[in-house]
Amino acid sequence: MPIQQICTVASMTQLDASTWWMVLEVGKLVEQHGLTGGQFIHIKCGDDQLLRRPISVAIAGWDEPADLATLIFEVRGEGTRWLSQCKEGDKLDVLGPLGNSFDVSREGHYLLVGGGIGVPPLITCGEWLKWPRTAVLGFRTKDKAFPSVVSRFEEHCEKTCLCTDDGTLGRHGFVDGQVRDLLEQDKSFTQILACGPKPMLKSVAAVAAEFGVPCQVSMEERMACGVGACLGCALRMKDGSMKHVCKDGPVFNAEEVDWDV
Amino acid sequence: MSEKKTPRPEASGIIGGATTSVALFQDRSVDLSVDLAGVVLKNPVVVASGTFGFGREYGQFFDLSELGGICCKGLTLHPREGNPPPRIAETPLGMLNSVGLQNPGVDAFIRDELPFLRQHDVTVIANISGNTPEEYGVMCEKLSEAGVDMIEVNISCPNVKAGGLAYGTRPDLAAEVTQKAKKRATVPVMVKLSPNVTDITEIARAAADGGADALSLINTLRGMRIDVNSRRPILKMNTGGLSGPAVLPVAVRMVWEVANAVKLPIIGMGGVSTGEDAAQFLLAGASAVAVGTALFADPFAPLKVRDELAAIAARQGLSAVRELTGGVQPW
Repeated sequence: MPIQQICTVASMTQLDASTWWMVLEVGKLVEQHGLTGGQFIHIKCGDDQLLRRPISVAIAGWDEPADLATLIFEVRGEGTRWLSQCKEGDKLDVLGPLGNSFDVSREGHYLLVGGGIGVPPLITCGEWLKWPRTAVLGFRTKDKAFPSVVSRFEEHCEKTCLCTDDGTLGRHGFVDGQVRDLLEQDKSFTQILACGPKPMLKSVAAVAAEFGVPCQVSMEERMACGVGACLGCALRMKDGSMKHVCKDGPVFNAEEVDWDV
Repeated sequence: MSEKKTPRPEASGIIGGATTSVALFQDRSVDLSVDLAGVVLKNPVVVASGTFGFGREYGQFFDLSELGGICCKGLTLHPREGNPPPRIAETPLGMLNSVGLQNPGVDAFIRDELPFLRQHDVTVIANISGNTPEEYGVMCEKLSEAGVDMIEVNISCPNVKAGGLAYGTRPDLAAEVTQKAKKRATVPVMVKLSPNVTDITEIARAAADGGADALSLINTLRGMRIDVNSRRPILKMNTGGLSGPAVLPVAVRMVWEVANAVKLPIIGMGGVSTGEDAAQFLLAGASAVAVGTALFADPFAPLKVRDELAAIAARQGLSAVRELTGGVQPW
């Protein structure tokens, strides 16, 4: 059940011109309320922004300190700009835990697929899973593949494949090509967990469907309340029904999502 | 009303928790109750339709019995999936929405949601939209029988092509819809007015002539936001309804005009986020206020508005908040 919690910024680290690594003291959000990576928290970003900003939790739970949660976010607009100017010790008004997370068990062979700022929400899954897993991480360019993020996968995954859109690091091209190659080589994958921009998720979902591997995708939509009341963040399902990213998601089974809208 | 139970203990546990910033102070010397067409609200703060679902989500944060009333998410005779996303765009001190009346239909509401709401000691106001005047009548009958306390007739949703806005902008249609609703409702009927008209008092008079027991205003103002790089509107429906603090002065003005034109009780709404905002609506002539968009910034906003309003009344030496209603002294 979500609560309102005043959180303290424990540390702020700038990864590049527009990307920040923020550690928050979150009280009992992890311990009592079960906050974990892949969920989101809804943050009030100053008095000038009417709406809160939903920010994915990169690291929380598992063997992390129980009172901390890590957010890795990109400045996209005024709200996240305000958030990026926070300093250690600042207080934030937070609603959470919100949304589901990836549905994972310790059994199975997982393929984690992340793109850009969609890579961090997979960190906790990557570290918690005991069974063998492989990570495919895509970035626009080498400078966006932050070592502090990539190393979390390299330490815990059997294999970490990097891709860049411009070929400056790892494989040249989008992640779906790498995913296809892996699924062709290794038939033991039981589940794909994907987070990233919608076009990437769509192409990963298509490859997963082709190989008959179940795929979970973490989706984004413009959001207001964050708790399921306003029905703003609608996502159309294949059967024509609407689900909501904040309450039913952000993680959905890829085969349920209508990718053609 | 027979099913009312003690609120769930976990709900009241959360509200008292040290983690929330809500002030539970209430000045008990001030009578907060208001009468809305014979329906007594325990306090003048209700939550606005479309911002509160059917109460389950915000019921996780506080005990719903704290509210003066709940205007439920707008219902239609049959389920609706609503509009394609994006449905939300933030604007300066406001937001646009084009949800498009997504709802499970009136029968599912009665079966699945009303029993939950009835577990709380709170006035339940169902909000309805019809494609035809007859549909309003059918829904009024079903909801009256199911035992809601009041029905809010939405003649003003800007996001639906059929019906909706036309009823809210033509006095003859507004009167007809009100008559059809009144004919089959056995609980008070409140008509929700659109601000997207030249003269809102025309529609208010038409609703009064049609037999409305109360009025609520304003619904959202039609607006638009464009992404200058993609040259696309943010909303998939291109336009949507504007709410939030940006609309407050427009709403206060319209409540004042309507209060001067008709003798019906009014729920005033549009951008209320503080007790002072609420007091403005009451002074302009409203009996109660609805809090909507402010919830998205702060789930406890309705309770804060209630307590701040009580404090204002106490400071002014009033024994009841209803003494504020219509108290504006125009130049």
